[in-house]
Amino acid sequence: MLKTRIIPCLDVADGRVVKGINFTQLVDAGDPVEAARAYDAAGADELCFLDIHATHENRGTMFDLVTRTAETIFMPLTVGGGVRSHKDVRALLLAGADKVSFNSAAVADPDVITEAALRFGSQCIVCAIDAKTVAPGRWEIFTHGGRRETGIDAVEFARTVAAKGAGEILLTSMDRDGTRAGFNLPLTRAISDAVDIPVIASGGVGTLDHLVEGVTLGGASAVLAASIFHFGTFTVAEAKAHMAANGIPVRPI
Amino acid sequence: MSLTALVDYDSGNLHSAQKAFERMAFETGAGSVVVTSDPDVVSRADRVVLPGDGAFPHCREQLFGISGLAEAIIEAVEVKGRPFLGICVGMQMLASRGHEYELTEGLDWIGGEITRITPGDPALKVPHMGWNDLVLDQPHPVLDGIETGDHAYFVHSWAMQVTDPAHLLAHVDYGGAVTAIVGRDTIVGTQFHPEKSQATGLRLIGNFLTWRP
Repeated sequence: MLKTRIIPCLDVADGRVVKGINFTQLVDAGDPVEAARAYDAAGADELCFLDIHATHENRGTMFDLVTRTAETIFMPLTVGGGVRSHKDVRALLLAGADKVSFNSAAVADPDVITEAALRFGSQCIVCAIDAKTVAPGRWEIFTHGGRRETGIDAVEFARTVAAKGAGEILLTSMDRDGTRAGFNLPLTRAISDAVDIPVIASGGVGTLDHLVEGVTLGGASAVLAASIFHFGTFTVAEAKAHMAANGIPVRPI
Repeated sequence: MSLTALVDYDSGNLHSAQKAFERMAFETGAGSVVVTSDPDVVSRADRVVLPGDGAFPHCREQLFGISGLAEAIIEAVEVKGRPFLGICVGMQMLASRGHEYELTEGLDWIGGEITRITPGDPALKVPHMGWNDLVLDQPHPVLDGIETGDHAYFVHSWAMQVTDPAHLLAHVDYGGAVTAIVGRDTIVGTQFHPEKSQATGLRLIGNFLTWRP
């Protein structure tokens, strides 16, 4: 039976983990490679690196980071942030990423998904969707960290990128991100029901029950969280134990 | 000194596979690992690994598009009996035929067809992506130390339907049985990514690198 994945996400800026990781065993809490190694040992199912202010100048730092991570851990790694074309995808895959995530570029032109999927296969193309509630039961896409509205319906957009060849959707609720109030479950459910590809729920996790709800009520195939793991509020093992106790199949550590 | 050729035919990401094989070659004293698209290197190699990501017809076209490369692999396996490991689409390439996009001939080393995954439960998503627990169907030296219930990382929308059950080494359940590992003579193939499957995957790689069929 396929297991529900738990994916810690590291926000990276200029090759360093933003805010650091509160694991006592880490010598350098700001080094993403050390953090990746710790999450590998902790039983995470995948990892996600998000380059939060990717610029042309600092791309090399991210490539180097991905390469060193891929040499160290043998688990799936998704990299996103500033990915604009299939050339960026290729460079990140060559550096050692397993999946690459489009965001704003796919909103500007969903065909970038097709161009990349045809070259490298849908299995490695993720589309990140940042959505905000605009009315009850209606969500729209926002880009640039939630500051820029696009007027595009999130559910419709999810269908579009799935049809364009995305292999997975990383769905973030901008209303909930950073609030610790739990996933936006109606949004998660609406997107998950709209597409055949796996949906990763993200944004708002504050408790272990939130992880459970993302799967049981939201219909997500995987749950992504950052601060609850980084700050040591909960371990991946605790998250898995809680999900298992609620009837969600997880990979034992 | 033993040499393992990791075949590069411009089909996906070889970096993590290379690092995983290098690490296990070091740990098991299995010689060196080289990433190559050179038929001469494949001919000299003691073991051949064929990875592969993406669509079946594209992979086959790439493989046969490099002059002499497919011939060198076929000779290494069929004439010299060298141990061979196919990974993901590299494993699917072992089948007789693939049906993805168009009907494409495979290497036909393991009788079977590559067909789209159609889970019995409509709630199950395709691609089959993530960790699934292996059910071992028969013992094999490459599976030494790996047990039913161990997890491996899968990401695929198409899977092999094996004609002869004797070639099925392991499967997983995803709304029905999905082929996970196949084998015959000196040939093995894994649908999952051993290089992404942490301890279980590294164990399989180490076993392959020290396998003397």
